Amino acid sequence: MYSQALNTRDTSTDSSPEAIRFQARIDDEQRIEPNDWMPEAYRRTLIRQISQHAHSEIVGMLPEGNWITRAPSLRRKAALLAKVQDEGGHGLYLYSAAETLGVAREDLEDQLLSGRAKYSSIFNYPTLSWADIGTIGWLVDGAAIMNQIPLCRCSYGPYARAMIRVCREESFHQRQGYEIVLTLCRGTTEQKAMAQDALDRWWWPCLMMFGPPDTDSLHSDTSMRWKIKRFSNDGLRQKFVDATVPQGHFLGLTFPDPELRFDETEGHWQFGAIDWDEFRAVLSGNGPCNRERLEARRKAHDDGAWVREAALAHAAKQRKTA
Amino acid sequence: MPPAPSRKERRRFPSFLRPMTTTSIAVEESPRIRTLLALADDALILGHRISEWTGHAPTLEEELAFANIALDLIGQARALYQATGQNEDELAYLRDPHRFRNALIAELPNGDFAFTIVRLFLVSVASDQFWRSAVQNDDPDIAAIAAKAQKETAYHVRHAADWLVRLGDGTAESHRRAQNALDALWPYTGDIVDRDAWLQAVAPVLARATLTQPAEGWMQPSGRDGRHTEHLGHLLAEMQILPRTYPGATW
Repeated sequence: MYSQALNTRDTSTDSSPEAIRFQARIDDEQRIEPNDWMPEAYRRTLIRQISQHAHSEIVGMLPEGNWITRAPSLRRKAALLAKVQDEGGHGLYLYSAAETLGVAREDLEDQLLSGRAKYSSIFNYPTLSWADIGTIGWLVDGAAIMNQIPLCRCSYGPYARAMIRVCREESFHQRQGYEIVLTLCRGTTEQKAMAQDALDRWWWPCLMMFGPPDTDSLHSDTSMRWKIKRFSNDGLRQKFVDATVPQGHFLGLTFPDPELRFDETEGHWQFGAIDWDEFRAVLSGNGPCNRERLEARRKAHDDGAWVREAALAHAAKQRKTA
Repeated sequence: MPPAPSRKERRRFPSFLRPMTTTSIAVEESPRIRTLLALADDALILGHRISEWTGHAPTLEEELAFANIALDLIGQARALYQATGQNEDELAYLRDPHRFRNALIAELPNGDFAFTIVRLFLVSVASDQFWRSAVQNDDPDIAAIAAKAQKETAYHVRHAADWLVRLGDGTAESHRRAQNALDALWPYTGDIVDRDAWLQAVAPVLARATLTQPAEGWMQPSGRDGRHTEHLGHLLAEMQILPRTYPGATW
């Protein structure tokens, strides 16, 4: 569902022939493949980014999974279940893409469960009504697509190829989410109020999904040079706002930002100041659901331990008799 | 919506004494509709239970498999409800628990992974046998649904059987859990129609799983007459909350 390109320190001190050839290939828009030479920092950055993306997909199953048993029609129930399943699938092939860089999925999962690895801050917000399911599809998946379309051209081949499929599914989710919100907005007064309340709660956290403002990036951005990242946080954020505001107005909804206005000369929607204190609090573990989300993942992992042990024990017995 | 009470009625009956309006529906059950509802309710209720695993399964691969199986079952339920000629959502969301025709085994809480797998295995073997013969059913709706459902159910049997063998023939703990689940669930298999054929399909898998087949003793009633366990009411309270809270709304 979500990935955010990381700002990395500039480590461009390596002037070995391999490093020069590596950068030349990237400048030439060639893909780097698992067996190719790559700088250690490139490998580390990608492992961190791809695994964070995978963790986000897995943790992201929880807020939406919260409504599978309460989806208001059988069609919606099936669609939501399929969507959450897609996210699990994204997690699986992103973990596989990370494994091509020489890490084990189990180690990445340990990093998530121990709290050492990050995942998208957006999933630390609660889903309080059915409208949240539509709004997550519309806004959260919409923001994710903005981030992820450029990743289809990421310099690392396995990641780029995984993202092509992920993006295709995400745009389907986004349309599906918008359609849920549209149905609510055309429904009863209570349904429309539900949709407005969801937009009020999700709008600002969605803008934070693009990461801190460009002015806070102190280091020159190696990720850009390596073509892991192609656009700045603020650029993508603006693109998202420009695409989304007319959609919200079409629904008849009001954005929770009194400063939101269209700048005729710039041709962009200008928005108010983002509360970065809230963003930092959620990132550092103090969001509304941080503890619950990790607790749920840990419980699933711990409760499943005997199952995984049984599968291994059985496989070992089979090998012995084979 | 019934008309609002008159002022006189309001004086006679303060609000807490006035009868509540109900959104529940009752269905005229011809033998055909009763058959369809029994099949549909089995699929919906078991599909709902399996969907509860989403986000909590023991491995990521199993998350995907459970979601697949739940989707298959919910899809089967929808096709069967539609075959009654009535609105699928009204049937799912506006019937009270005693009007549900599913077997009790489908509504029991998931328990641990062993319980979920043993139940899926026992139920899927019966469904598999039913759907394979239903391909020839005189009712063209049922025959058409069977054509798709038999492929899905064959996979459910294979998946559940694979896990049952892994658990039964895995560690001491997994064996104990699988045997406990089998013992607890066996009395809920009393309404399986062609029991001999079912036992013939179940027994070899239990043997491979090194599990002891429970004795054929006392059985729970079927539940198809509408007398359910305490669990179904809770399941439906959760599932039906939105259509019940906002009657007439479109979602």
